[in-house]
Amino acid sequence: MRKILVLAAVAAGIAGSAQAADITGAGATFPFPIYSKWAEAYKKETGTGLNYQSIGSGGGIRQIKAKTVAFGATDAPLKGEDLTKDGLIQFPTVMGGVVPAVNIAGVEPGKLKLSGEIIAQIYLGDIKKWNDPKIVALNAGVTLPDANINPVYRSDGSGTTFVFTDYLAKASAEWKSKIGANQSVQWPVGIGGKGNEGVSASVKQVANSIGYVEYAYAKQNKLSHALVKNADGNFPAPEEKAFQAAAANANWQEQPGFGISLNNQKGADAWPITSATFILVYAKPEKPEETQAALKFFDWVYKNGDKLASELDYVALPANVKDQVRSAWKGVTDTSGKPIF
Amino acid sequence: MTMTTTPRELPHQPWGRVRQTRRTADRMMKIIATGFTFTAIFVLFWILGMLVVKGIGGLSVATFTAVTPGPGSEGGGIANAIVGSFVLTFLGIAIATPIGVLAGTWLAEYGRSSKLANLIRFINDILLSAPSILIGLFVYVILVEPFRGYSGWAGGVALGIIAIPVIVRTTEDMLNLVPGPLREAGAALGAPPSVVITSVTWRAAKAGMVTGILLALARIAGETAPLLFTALNNNFWFSPTLVGGVSNLPVTIYQFASAPYENWQQLAWAGSLIITVSILVLSIVARRIVAGSK
Amino acid sequence: MTAATDMTSIPGATPIVRKTPKATFDLVFRNASFGAALLVLVLLAGIMASMVIGGWPAFREFGLGFITSSVWDTQNDQYGAWPAIVGTLSTALIALVIGVPLSLGIAVYLTQLAPGWFKKPVATAVELLAAVPSIIYGMWGLFVFVPLFAAYVQIPLSNIVEGLPIVGTVLYSRSPSGLGIFTAGIILAFMIVPFIASITRDMLEQIPSVLRESAYGIGATTWEVVRHVLVPQAGVSIIGAVMLGLGRALGETMAVTFVVGNANRLSASILDPGSTIASRIANEFNEAMGLQLNSLIALGCILFFVTFVVLVIARLLVARVKRY
Repeated sequence: MRKILVLAAVAAGIAGSAQAADITGAGATFPFPIYSKWAEAYKKETGTGLNYQSIGSGGGIRQIKAKTVAFGATDAPLKGEDLTKDGLIQFPTVMGGVVPAVNIAGVEPGKLKLSGEIIAQIYLGDIKKWNDPKIVALNAGVTLPDANINPVYRSDGSGTTFVFTDYLAKASAEWKSKIGANQSVQWPVGIGGKGNEGVSASVKQVANSIGYVEYAYAKQNKLSHALVKNADGNFPAPEEKAFQAAAANANWQEQPGFGISLNNQKGADAWPITSATFILVYAKPEKPEETQAALKFFDWVYKNGDKLASELDYVALPANVKDQVRSAWKGVTDTSGKPIF
Repeated sequence: MTMTTTPRELPHQPWGRVRQTRRTADRMMKIIATGFTFTAIFVLFWILGMLVVKGIGGLSVATFTAVTPGPGSEGGGIANAIVGSFVLTFLGIAIATPIGVLAGTWLAEYGRSSKLANLIRFINDILLSAPSILIGLFVYVILVEPFRGYSGWAGGVALGIIAIPVIVRTTEDMLNLVPGPLREAGAALGAPPSVVITSVTWRAAKAGMVTGILLALARIAGETAPLLFTALNNNFWFSPTLVGGVSNLPVTIYQFASAPYENWQQLAWAGSLIITVSILVLSIVARRIVAGSK
Repeated sequence: MTAATDMTSIPGATPIVRKTPKATFDLVFRNASFGAALLVLVLLAGIMASMVIGGWPAFREFGLGFITSSVWDTQNDQYGAWPAIVGTLSTALIALVIGVPLSLGIAVYLTQLAPGWFKKPVATAVELLAAVPSIIYGMWGLFVFVPLFAAYVQIPLSNIVEGLPIVGTVLYSRSPSGLGIFTAGIILAFMIVPFIASITRDMLEQIPSVLRESAYGIGATTWEVVRHVLVPQAGVSIIGAVMLGLGRALGETMAVTFVVGNANRLSASILDPGSTIASRIANEFNEAMGLQLNSLIALGCILFFVTFVVLVIARLLVARVKRY
């Protein structure tokens, strides 16, 4: 009886204050903070809520296919043939970078220089010590200890791992043939950490370790990062303009659904490990009004969301890419074939 | 503790040497048992201390009145998650209590050592050990996919399924402890089995059964994994019909604790403090009620 | 339904059947409770079915090799469960080795040693350990316990055992991060203690005090009373309680995932990172598609089977104690 009373009271409480969230989306964990931030601002301005839940990129793809959500989100873009097969439209929303975090006694943050080739060999277990001649050659003036390298990787499948391994596959032929690029791969060495926080906790606690985390995470937690050699042979600092430089030189129309990789792009200042994150909607949705609400939200984001993105250390898309996406939305139609945006 | 007063040096006791080793063993056991107990209590207070130290800074009126904020935003709270957790947990217990108590009663009073009862008992033990994440998956298949959407109902059912075997098990155990003569006395007065059970056996085992339901409540209130595929979560107030994602504390804590944003981490620790303290207070209050009714 | 009429053990007693409201209530009550009991079977059948159907493609693809293989390669869609099975069993075993003595000690303290006024608060405190959500144990483990464990146990221990035979392998950790199978076992131990301790305490308290008093009367020490009177009396129930704890330890997800290290490899050292079936599912389920998803569900299937075997062994043990 007591329980029923409590339940009734609680139910009455919600009924008084609650409103249904109008848009539901699920998927990638990487953009979860910025989507939440945008949703908060959008709700204040329009009264329409967006309930975005980070269940992982694979989960986002699965959910949009199961039609339990209005849109799915993924860090690893779907290929053109998959989009056509399932009748999905894909577009990017925002970008970010991945940075290597290191913990080496006596080496200051931002002082250690690495190349994609070297990072690949570390994670392959070929380079075992920090004073390996290959690392020393890049780091004149930095004293490197004669200590074993402890590589740390993401144990959960993640878009961060996809971006990182995709970069290593581009930088190292051996990595490409032995390991490849995926959301989770068969790591030959190292310890796994769950999520960015698991990786950074391991890097902090284990001496002489190296890990990889999202830029926003590394910056907010003031992790000690390493510099990585880009396609032009420079060592840019991982910051907003370096990610923008990577996006500026890319040809976004190269792949269907804007599904290009921003890794190792040309440009003097381009950060070599950069990526966009993507949204999936149905081209002919069963519930067009839900998809329409989602597209309206992302249109608002393109117009008003850049400042919030930069505050959270995400990087806004170039203006011309936004326009290309808007024209791609013309392909989203209701059941009668009329574009809904 | 009377035996420790026996003086060792009494010469006419031929087993004096043996007594010494017996006393040593006794003292060792007492020290170890006491030490173990205080180790466990120490861990409890350690965890609570951690929650207080890290969580108290995030507590304010807004924590209980405002919805979850965006990262780095001013203000905000976890009111939607708190209310959602209440709804899901009580929904789960409301589903599990009648089923669990009745099933446990059947095992103890009707089925007893019949083959079917043994089978159900056995199956229940397995269900008890089923990883909660798999139960989430099961509910996803039967409730989320067919209805094309996440819902609080699916979350409540998932939590209920986790609670049922706990209640079945404890109910049966507690009923089995009720001495047979009590039942016989009831039956001798001409009461049918159902009346004996409801007014004699249940009453005698009430305290234990309530403890079982509380254990179930404690188990599901903080469950995270099964909600990921069922109730999901919600950054805003959820629909009163419980259709669509329903916000809840465990998933919110899980998402916020691992995020790089300080206001989210603060709220995660505050939420952890709230959920843990609420469950602890609930348990203590319920214990008082049980003690009072005796 | 002969069992239902056999309510009491009075020989020759037959219930009087009368058509009264009470008789109707009796029938409804009996059927309702029978239905509830059957629902337990239906639930397990449902979960089993979804697990077998979902995991079938993995079993069909890899056969028995799924269990014995140590490969977990999402690139080439090759999956094997062995490291996760070993991880699950070893974390649960460590949890029992630490947790069962702790629990028995607590139960003995509460029933035999604690001063009267102290019993209740202590008993409540121990039971409250069960009320702490598993995600909180995970956070405590990762943010508080793991750094201390690494600094004060793992690193000194690794330095001591390095190069020694056997212990140099089993207790040595190449990267002393504090995360690993052993850490998960410790956290699990504290999670199962309240379950085992409170049930054991209840059982010890159920034992008629005349038994205890007579043992004391012939000069037994407290230890001897516990060893020779209480434990044999409550043995069956204690094993039941331990099994309850074991079940919890095998299937625990969130807390383990935080501290186990999540390495998809088999390691000779119990201080090295590993993974359990539940942690593997928690880590990868959200991202999994296709055969990987099937393999994860197949892992769940195996976890059910492992639990099943454990319970069968438990039943055999219980049967032996009963004969005692």
